[in-house]
Amino acid sequence: MGLVHGIWTLLLLLIFLGIVAWAWSSKRKKHFEQAAQIPLQDRDSASEGEPQNMEKKDGC
Amino acid sequence: MSTENTYNYRVVRQFAIMTVVWGIVGMLVGVIIAAQMAWPQLNFDIAWLTFGRLRPLHTNAVIFAFGGCALFASSYYVVQRTCHVRLFSDKLAGFTFWGWQSVIVLAALTLPLGITTSKEYAELEWPIDLLITAVWVVYAVVFFGTLVKRKINHIYVANWFFAGFILTIAVLHVVNSAALPVSFTKSYSAFAGVQDAMVQWWYGHNAVGFFLTAGFLGIMYYFIPKQAERPVYSYRLSVVHFWAIVFTYIWAGPHHLHYTALPDWAQSLGMVFSLILLAPSWGGMINGIMTLSGAWEKLRTDPILKFLIVSVSFYGMSTFEGPMMAIKTVNALSHYTDWTIGHVHSGALGWVAFVSIGAMYYLIPRLFDRELYSLKLAEIHFWISTIGIVLYITSMWISGIMQGLMWRAVNADGTLTYSFVESVQAMHPYYIIRFLGGALFLTGMLIMAYNLYRTVVGAKPHEAVIPAVAH
Repeated sequence: MGLVHGIWTLLLLLIFLGIVAWAWSSKRKKHFEQAAQIPLQDRDSASEGEPQNMEKKDGC
Repeated sequence: MSTENTYNYRVVRQFAIMTVVWGIVGMLVGVIIAAQMAWPQLNFDIAWLTFGRLRPLHTNAVIFAFGGCALFASSYYVVQRTCHVRLFSDKLAGFTFWGWQSVIVLAALTLPLGITTSKEYAELEWPIDLLITAVWVVYAVVFFGTLVKRKINHIYVANWFFAGFILTIAVLHVVNSAALPVSFTKSYSAFAGVQDAMVQWWYGHNAVGFFLTAGFLGIMYYFIPKQAERPVYSYRLSVVHFWAIVFTYIWAGPHHLHYTALPDWAQSLGMVFSLILLAPSWGGMINGIMTLSGAWEKLRTDPILKFLIVSVSFYGMSTFEGPMMAIKTVNALSHYTDWTIGHVHSGALGWVAFVSIGAMYYLIPRLFDRELYSLKLAEIHFWISTIGIVLYITSMWISGIMQGLMWRAVNADGTLTYSFVESVQAMHPYYIIRFLGGALFLTGMLIMAYNLYRTVVGAKPHEAVIPAVAH
């Protein structure tokens, strides 16, 4: 059992490090910068709603 | 106009108003029991009013009634506004409101009557636990159902924190509340001995980690950017922050059981994970505060931003103090003393209450399409509450460390230097200061209630239109 727990812990650690690498990969940079804008693009009075660049595309 | 074109603000309004109401009730009970600690005769020899019964009423009211309503209100608001859809179901959302209020009322009735499981932060008896489970499952259906029908492709990070909070609390509540009922008002835990203690603190610490932290971090990640009108400092850091909290918090519970029958390795594991937690906690704190970078001048004039940013500072303070107190040798001094109470309140008043207050000042005027009645009163609220917190936590630090030192002091011949009652006597002035600090914080809440009442009085409920999809 001890060995299984050890391997499991190691696996979780690797998954976490994978998430860190994924979050900091340069490919994700632009996507995350857009994501950070989501609350700000949302105007309080909806009639002024600005164009959304992260809308779900039709059929997606 | 069909309701699908508007956001469901009704349920957000209901929860937001009750946040203020239950905040006042819960903190009033807190001030009463703080007064009882200083002047014990204030229980008037009535069983219902004794500290042992009112204390769980205070904790349940501030955590689950005040904090819970703040989380329901803000998560329902944020998920709609960042997904550009109405809530999954108005009826089910309405059920969560009335169901949760029923839980609170039942808690307020049963706890003073002495009906309790005696598990800290999980005192409510099994029929109420079942109702909580039902409400929570419906909450999850409404929240995740709304995520599923979202029109924005990316799920904004605040929603990840709310989702993590909802899922984890479901698991914690169901496992820790497992019990064998012997009557309608009495049950026995499904666990026994040290396993019971470990399950209880696995629950207890993750109630802190996911109810009082992850959920309120969701509030931070939406309302600070909105109020500061700037995007979060680092979105990447927020993603790592989320997963780091999820991976580490769940292990920290054993630090509540240092030097008990819990195996030593489990205690050490809890201590190590509590220390590791410092990293994601401070990562998140920096992310929240640095969101203001380049716009610090807003802090001078905007009391709502003051509440939000100072809340994150208290979050940083208490998540530094927590890991330190989880170190076994420090814990040997701090455990069972008032230091713990001070620590809890720097998190509860400084972080949880302040971020909720900031969010409610932002939210409630918008839910009624009004401007806040008085920024000046909000500013006064901020300063009164801050002074209240400082009085509260400094008095508890002094009294807690003094208590710990008095309890462990021994004479040359090995006998105890102080009798217990001498340490109680030494606490008295600090208990009075703590009462004053709590009373100031409560006063601030009353000012807030007046300010918000003047804001919304006579206003018609406002239903905001969902922005049209741009093609």
